[in-house]
Amino acid sequence: MKKLEAVNDFVVKFANVNGTGSSSANSLFVKAVFRMGIPVSPRNIFPSNIQGLPTWYEVRVSEKGYLGRRGGGCEIMVAMNPQSMQRDVQEVTAGGYLVYDSTKPLDKKLLRDDIHFLPIPLMEISMREYTDARQRQLFKNVIYIGALAALVDIEFEVLTGLIGDQFKGKEKLIAPNVKALELGYQYAKDHFQCPLGLRLKCCDKVGERILMDGNTACGLGAIYGGATVAAWYPITPSTSVVDAFEKYANRLRVDAGTGAKNFAIMQAEDELAAMGMVIGANWNGARSFTATSGPGVSLMSEFLGLAYFAEIPAVLIDVQRAGPSTGMPTRTQQSDILSAAYASHGDTKHVLLFPATPRECFDMTADAFDLAEQLQTPIIMLTDLELGMNDHLSAPLSWDDKRTYKRGKVLNAEQLDKIEKFGRYLDVDGDGICYRTIPGTHPSKGSFFTRGTSRDTYAIYTEDGDKYVENMDRLVRKFETAKQYVPAPELYKQHDNAQAGVIFFGTSTEAAREALDVLAEEGIVLNALRIRAFPFNKTVDDFIARHEKVFVIEQNRDAQLRTLLMAENDVPPQKMIPVLNYDGMPITAQQILRKIRGHLHPATVTPIRKSV
Amino acid sequence: MTYVRSRFEHPSATPNSLGYTLRDYEGSLSTLGAGCGHDSISAAIVRACYELSIQPHRVAKLSGIGCSSKTPTYFLGQSHGFNSVHGRMPSVATGANLANRDLLYIGVSGDGDTASIGMGQFAHVVRRSLNMVYIVENNGCYGLTKGQDSATADVGSVSKKGSANQYQPMDLASIALQLGATFVARSFSGDKAQLVPLLKAAMSHQGFAFIDVISPCVTFNNHKGSTKSYDYVRDHLEATGAIDFVPMREEIVTSYLEGSTQEVTLHDGSVVRLQKAGSNHDPRDRSAALAALREAQKDGDILTGLLFLDAEAEETHQFLNTSPRPLNALSETELCPGAAALERINASLR
Repeated sequence: MKKLEAVNDFVVKFANVNGTGSSSANSLFVKAVFRMGIPVSPRNIFPSNIQGLPTWYEVRVSEKGYLGRRGGGCEIMVAMNPQSMQRDVQEVTAGGYLVYDSTKPLDKKLLRDDIHFLPIPLMEISMREYTDARQRQLFKNVIYIGALAALVDIEFEVLTGLIGDQFKGKEKLIAPNVKALELGYQYAKDHFQCPLGLRLKCCDKVGERILMDGNTACGLGAIYGGATVAAWYPITPSTSVVDAFEKYANRLRVDAGTGAKNFAIMQAEDELAAMGMVIGANWNGARSFTATSGPGVSLMSEFLGLAYFAEIPAVLIDVQRAGPSTGMPTRTQQSDILSAAYASHGDTKHVLLFPATPRECFDMTADAFDLAEQLQTPIIMLTDLELGMNDHLSAPLSWDDKRTYKRGKVLNAEQLDKIEKFGRYLDVDGDGICYRTIPGTHPSKGSFFTRGTSRDTYAIYTEDGDKYVENMDRLVRKFETAKQYVPAPELYKQHDNAQAGVIFFGTSTEAAREALDVLAEEGIVLNALRIRAFPFNKTVDDFIARHEKVFVIEQNRDAQLRTLLMAENDVPPQKMIPVLNYDGMPITAQQILRKIRGHLHPATVTPIRKSV
Repeated sequence: MTYVRSRFEHPSATPNSLGYTLRDYEGSLSTLGAGCGHDSISAAIVRACYELSIQPHRVAKLSGIGCSSKTPTYFLGQSHGFNSVHGRMPSVATGANLANRDLLYIGVSGDGDTASIGMGQFAHVVRRSLNMVYIVENNGCYGLTKGQDSATADVGSVSKKGSANQYQPMDLASIALQLGATFVARSFSGDKAQLVPLLKAAMSHQGFAFIDVISPCVTFNNHKGSTKSYDYVRDHLEATGAIDFVPMREEIVTSYLEGSTQEVTLHDGSVVRLQKAGSNHDPRDRSAALAALREAQKDGDILTGLLFLDAEAEETHQFLNTSPRPLNALSETELCPGAAALERINASLR
């Protein structure tokens, strides 16, 4: 039977039962690969429940540095869940390996003759070595990591170093964990030929990068961006944004002398209230944000319209998941683009930010507070479950200590004294952005009535159609101004002989980058642009104009970014070709390749069986 | 009659201790119907702020949508106001209060805005004990959309179109009591002598102060058969006692018969005094307040006055242990941990 061989280029998948403590063991494996200097990208595929349903952890190891989901099965399956065993066995690539707990014999019907079965009596070892029931369960996981270390040649010191870091301050736990690793390691050495053909080898492809999830980066970005009020309602996959904000705020934002907190977190009764609180706090001069997912955006829409029209800063982090309705709450998608861009009734448009890495989650969240106050409008950051809840290899976070917060056009008492008559909605500078005041600033000047009804330039209620139109047109002018403020798109190396352009954003980036490399090797040259914000600026217009065809890669059914580009940039539909994936799993390079090859060279492509 | 009020003959021209006249607390002209109870409430708010010598710009007025929610334009013209969206004033007030704990927050809502579309937000702002005054201008109907029944309309109360309401009413004072409000009162827009001291006490209270003010709609709900008409309300008023409010720093000069009054001292030293006048109500007893409301309702009466007051209560900022300085006043140096701290975080992620 064939035995797969590869160094630093394969996929390991762990099949576990949700709630059995497997995730910390599995991340130990990932961290070990990372510390060996090998690029790695893990993905947690989990159910919407607390305990008992199948969960998977898919780890791609790629010395070339491709961090997108590879797809197409796995080379090594660590099959720990009898419930999903049948499909887990099927998913292993021919010539690959399946590690399983042989304490109970494997059902013969599950056997395949084209893969290698590696039986380890995990429960038996655990029962023998540990007495406590919970420990037996937990250490079973650590034992298989030890075995895996021997099989793929992880340096044992890397693992013990990680255990030491993990249990700093709880030293008592180090010895039993190391023992569990040793038990697995030794069993594998004694019973199998170690290492396998699929193995790891130390390299230097990680550099100074860090391993972190996007939601934590957003939470930290909010701390650095000066947010003081977080109002939210729990919803997967956004909850860990506020969790991270709270965790770091408790470390970094507490007065050392008094213990008083320089922040406030309010768990609201629903998403409507969360957005109301964010608006109230920003209106009153505190930087405030919320984090939610698609259903929350639907509920917040009314308030988003108010903030747009009354011109109140707000920051909303939307960690997208598969919709519509409750959809697949624990699967990823980029499907809130249109509902976020035009959230609320009437003519509304919102500024959107599209981060692609944890570093960008950090930077863009911090920037969002500047943008919200400079533009006096909601800033919606569209991240997703894939970016938010999985660890990613990312450039380290950085902060310039010389940076100051851009609070926008806010008048203080002295400035108000110098003004004859304050008009909240007077476009003094001609950029569509007016001057605002914070309640309590001046005893007799600068007060005004904030309202969602139409008003004149002095914030007085009016039903005068001309004044209404004047105000609506100024808001368009402001949106034009926003183009200079929002993050510019990333333009990749441009070729004169390119056959077409490719546009992508967010978590489609890694898969797109990999697909473009493969196409280039095949002689298909494409120019690429990554969108980082809406409104789109001139670079985007020019890029589309320059190419006869533009592929738009995104993760939703209806090609929402394509629609937005067409609606806002006056582009003929024929030239915009959608490249889509919306099955709830991150898009893969293979999916992109199939679509682009098929479009450019329809005759040469043979149908491929849908990958798993 | 309060001690403060009795000092002035022409209050509109006489400046208060901060030098503001009554006029400084007024807003723009009302566009509600002539005789509308809401305008009386606005006038009472103006007077209460004037008498308490509150700096107008240190007040934030917040409202939702509806006739009542329009009224913040008609008082305190020198204060910032926020007319938000229907039923959502409590969340906006919560965010505003978290941002700056030093302002006085006056929320004005209606029975539609609070008891129907805003019931959820109302319940939760009470639970949180947000430091604010929450006034419901309660007329039992939807004025702006021409008089439909609201959720506070009594069973059997007849609408202007002639149909009797069949659905159980929400009693907002009882609900506020059940949800833990630390100041609960009910009043009548036509009873300024009661409403002004109640408002002053509510403004001085630390925590959530709720006042349900029956405020007849002259246009859509002031006819025979309605239980929210001027005539009906006047005929069925029953009070817990007359209220006096003695602000902090002022001496109590009026004397009362022993046993005829109850005094509660607020956190800032102000004193609320209830003259019992035939009633035995103890405003420190939450259960008694609920029972008294139920008793009055049984007889078709409307119990007004101070129903409950807990002067020792804690408010949201104490639960959260937020900085004594307003969060909106904190500077970058206090908010941004800086590059060195970030480097340490990076190191922990390798």
